[in-house]
Amino acid sequence: MAILSTSGLARTFTTKQGPVEAVRGIDLRVQPGEIVGLLGPNGAGKTTTLQMLTTLLPPTGGAATVAGRDLVADPAGVRERIGYVAQSGGVDPQVSVREELVTQGRLYRLAKAPAAARAAELAAELGVEDLLDRPCAALSGGQRRRLDLALGLVHRPELLFLDEPTTGLDPGSRADLWDLVRRLRDRHGTTVVLTTHYLDEADALADRIVVVDHGVVVADGTPRELKQRHAGSPGASLQDAFLALTGRRPAPAQDPAPLSV
Amino acid sequence: MHVLAADTALVFGRYARQTLRSRFQMLFGILMPLLYLVFFGPLLRDLPLAADASSWQVLVPGLLMMLGLFSASFAGFGIIVEKNLGVLDRMRATPVSRLALLLGRVLRDALLLLFQAVLLVVAAVAMGLRAPLPGVLIGLVFVALLSTAMASLSYAFALRVRTPQEFGPVVNAVTLPSMLLSGLMLPMALAPGWLDALSRAVPYRYVVDAVRAAFTGEYAGTEMLWGALVAAAFAAGAVTLGTRVFRGAGA
Repeated sequence: MAILSTSGLARTFTTKQGPVEAVRGIDLRVQPGEIVGLLGPNGAGKTTTLQMLTTLLPPTGGAATVAGRDLVADPAGVRERIGYVAQSGGVDPQVSVREELVTQGRLYRLAKAPAAARAAELAAELGVEDLLDRPCAALSGGQRRRLDLALGLVHRPELLFLDEPTTGLDPGSRADLWDLVRRLRDRHGTTVVLTTHYLDEADALADRIVVVDHGVVVADGTPRELKQRHAGSPGASLQDAFLALTGRRPAPAQDPAPLSV
Repeated sequence: MHVLAADTALVFGRYARQTLRSRFQMLFGILMPLLYLVFFGPLLRDLPLAADASSWQVLVPGLLMMLGLFSASFAGFGIIVEKNLGVLDRMRATPVSRLALLLGRVLRDALLLLFQAVLLVVAAVAMGLRAPLPGVLIGLVFVALLSTAMASLSYAFALRVRTPQEFGPVVNAVTLPSMLLSGLMLPMALAPGWLDALSRAVPYRYVVDAVRAAFTGEYAGTEMLWGALVAAAFAAGAVTLGTRVFRGAGA
């Protein structure tokens, strides 16, 4: 039984220049415990898709079941079961790490004491326990990202959405974050759906890659399958496969922050 | 209902702490009415503004409304910043009540403005205001109601714009005419017919007249009735609109 399934999920924005089809129809199935990478060039519709799946943006077409709940009919039920870490994170720089973690727990309706306990537990698990009483502004980029991840995990969601989780991080912090995501799946069985435009990230982290371009899924498979199918051999690079699929050059592996975080 | 109250308290707590961290923010809103009180108030002292009221009983209700109008209408600035930081989306992705995301913030704003209103009244008493206590308390209730309404509208509008640069000019274009047209500085009773008629389209006109009546001890006249009706309807309408925007796609 899939933990996430969509059919024809679409979002059209109305602008002064006329309608813009940001997402034209996404068909996606994710099994429990999978790490799935949505890969695509900037503007492909990855973030819009994630915003729909996390109830932040109502779809204008199609249907989806997220963590066993109907996305359109029961968005509140979806929210209780999923975690979401946006590209911009979402912490107040003036607020302390502890306060953000506890508030997040309370927003997920934990009582005061369990929220405080969970904040301490998560801080230890993600290596920010020494920073609990510092303002979020004092954290480094990598520490900030780990805090963002912790905020998405306070209620132990079965399904976690990460929007470009390592954009702007240095290589060491990226590798750390990949380890954290893998550990999350291995220890807790958490299903992870992440967007990225880094090929090495998709290759290293995802069990399965879904390539999105112009608002539709253009390829779906393991990194090995994609290389075989679209670049001619399993030994080919994912870059060759990506280029064959989208006709565009993706971001290089160590592109220094093409998007602001 | 219990969930809504708990969520509202949680959101209120977050923003109340934010306000308490910034002493400057706590006092900034009171600056403009205070300047009018000290540098404009004395000019009115010997003018025949009302038959049975001192000039302070006419001016101070207007300054209280000014506080509620200007400070509350800029409340939305904060949410634009939070939207750009991603804080708003982070909260919207949780099960927290959408209404609480609005009410918690508005409650903070209303309490902050009440606190500032009390300071303003104390300063006014030092300047020479004499008014019955029940009348002053009624005035404070009106300040809270109008702050709630204005702040709700401000948040609703702020959710629709991307940058503070789009937000500021629109708010200014609404607040300044509202202040002049509702007779906050001088009562509209002094106005020529056309201006008086125009001012009746601005909700603040009715409320400031009601508070002026309260400050002279008239609690049961038609001014009070109209003021209460208009303030209640304005607040209910504004909160309803704010909630709809927070629930919908714009939030």
